[in-house]
Amino acid sequence: MTRPDLEAIARWVAPGARVLDLGCGDGSLLKHLWDNHQAHGYGVEIDDAEVLASMRNDVNVLQLDLESGLALFHDASFDYVILSETLQTIHRIEQLTREMLRVGREVIVSFPNFGHWRDRLQVLLGRMPVSEELPHQWYDTPNVHLCTLADFEDLCARLGARILERAVLHRGRAVRVLPNLFGSIAVYRVTA
Amino acid sequence: MPGSVGIVEAQRAVFEQPFRFRSGAEIPRFELMYETYGRLNAARSNAVLVCHALNASHHVAGSYASDPDNVGWWDNLVGPGKPLDTDRFFVIGNNYIGGCFGSTGPASVNPATGKPYGADFPVVTVEDWVAAQARLADHLGIERFAAVIGGSLGAMQALQWALACPERVRHSLVIASTPKLSAQNIAFNEVARQAIMTDPDFHGGHYYEHGVVPRRGLRIARMIGHITYLSDDAMMEKFGRVLRRAAPGFDFDVDFEIESYLRYQGDKFSTYFDANTYLRITKALDYYDPAGDFGGDLSAAFARARAAFLVVSFKSDWRFAPARSRAMVKALLDNRRIVSYLELDAPGGHDAFLLEDPRYHGALAAYFGNIEL
Repeated sequence: MTRPDLEAIARWVAPGARVLDLGCGDGSLLKHLWDNHQAHGYGVEIDDAEVLASMRNDVNVLQLDLESGLALFHDASFDYVILSETLQTIHRIEQLTREMLRVGREVIVSFPNFGHWRDRLQVLLGRMPVSEELPHQWYDTPNVHLCTLADFEDLCARLGARILERAVLHRGRAVRVLPNLFGSIAVYRVTA
Repeated sequence: MPGSVGIVEAQRAVFEQPFRFRSGAEIPRFELMYETYGRLNAARSNAVLVCHALNASHHVAGSYASDPDNVGWWDNLVGPGKPLDTDRFFVIGNNYIGGCFGSTGPASVNPATGKPYGADFPVVTVEDWVAAQARLADHLGIERFAAVIGGSLGAMQALQWALACPERVRHSLVIASTPKLSAQNIAFNEVARQAIMTDPDFHGGHYYEHGVVPRRGLRIARMIGHITYLSDDAMMEKFGRVLRRAAPGFDFDVDFEIESYLRYQGDKFSTYFDANTYLRITKALDYYDPAGDFGGDLSAAFARARAAFLVVSFKSDWRFAPARSRAMVKALLDNRRIVSYLELDAPGGHDAFLLEDPRYHGALAAYFGNIEL
């Protein structure tokens, strides 16, 4: 696990917890959670190659489309539902967030902060931002819904979700001063 | 390099005790055909049972010395270095009870009359097949399977093993299957049965005594089956509207490739498959519904299962569409069982489970590779 947001997420997951990792990629977070926290659960992934990589990592993986919701999962059937670096690729974010709050006692979300000063500067200079966290060109990006810390907190308020904890990072370090300006990655822990 | 298991030999297990079917009917003794590949380890922990679907048999992999062209039906999966690796696993193929490849079935001699059972052979169910396979497992000294695997009807057996004998199955691989047939599925089966039973050569199921076979009925039953195994796209890609002759004949001979294919498949099938077995298999499919005893609650039905599951579906499979597999996944999640689920965008239709798709076989190889022995 090299992504700093995953380290922040792993710190928040209690030992022995039941975890649902949405957009689990190659399953490395789940594998890490199992190896280090005895936390077990399932990953959801749609991409064939990532599903195969998860299986090779001996992670329980379910090949499903997040856009069609979490109908297979019971209310409050997980301690944590995790959506890491995936929020920005989702079309129906409001619906999925409601579903996550239904299925998990707590929801952990990480996403690139579009309010970071370099993104703001590039927009100010008349360009769509390209950065470490947002490496794609505007015409060739999986991202459809970028947001800032303030935007995400508005969505939480709108859905009646309570923010339990927030970590804002830049290049792996915690950002405490003006986080919506100096943080490039945001990690939230919320509950219904 | 993955290889073949090579030359194999079919074996016969004989059970001189009565077998009681789910229907209540009983036969005094029975035999099951099986083949094995690889070696059973000292701990007897590496056995994998392969269950077949409609027309296949115990001949899963390799070929026979006397018939080198007769390659096993799942040879692309089973062998040294293949996804179900016979260097690690002891793999068992079997022909289910009521079958027509040497296991006791309608064409076998009824000891009470000295004549073939014919119509008097009991109607079989998936539960019966698993109960008979459990006797085979006892016979081979296998207390617990590392895995039971099947596709389609074979997958129903893999599922039923996990429900009926939860302590005897560590992993259940349920591929291109469903926990019950839909009305449309049953409708296709009924058309197939009617085709057989209305054939003048059927003689109420006692055709053996008349020295005939209801070949026309079997042929049509097989043609209907084949239509449901392929997707619309796969059929169009394989056959299109290609004509078999230079121009339309304006008669009822074969015009299109697809007609020729169906006739060929139907003819071939009718020479080797037993009509009474076909009738019983379609009934076994129709009757299978493990949630039936639980008021239709699949989650309650799955509460008994202890195995870890791999469920696989194919998007182009309209016979047993992915939604049916997702229903099984949901029931397993409700019971907090270990499960992985693959929903592959493969073009092959229902038959995709027999094909060699690198994503599909890669996943099976990964899954089997992670099974500890």
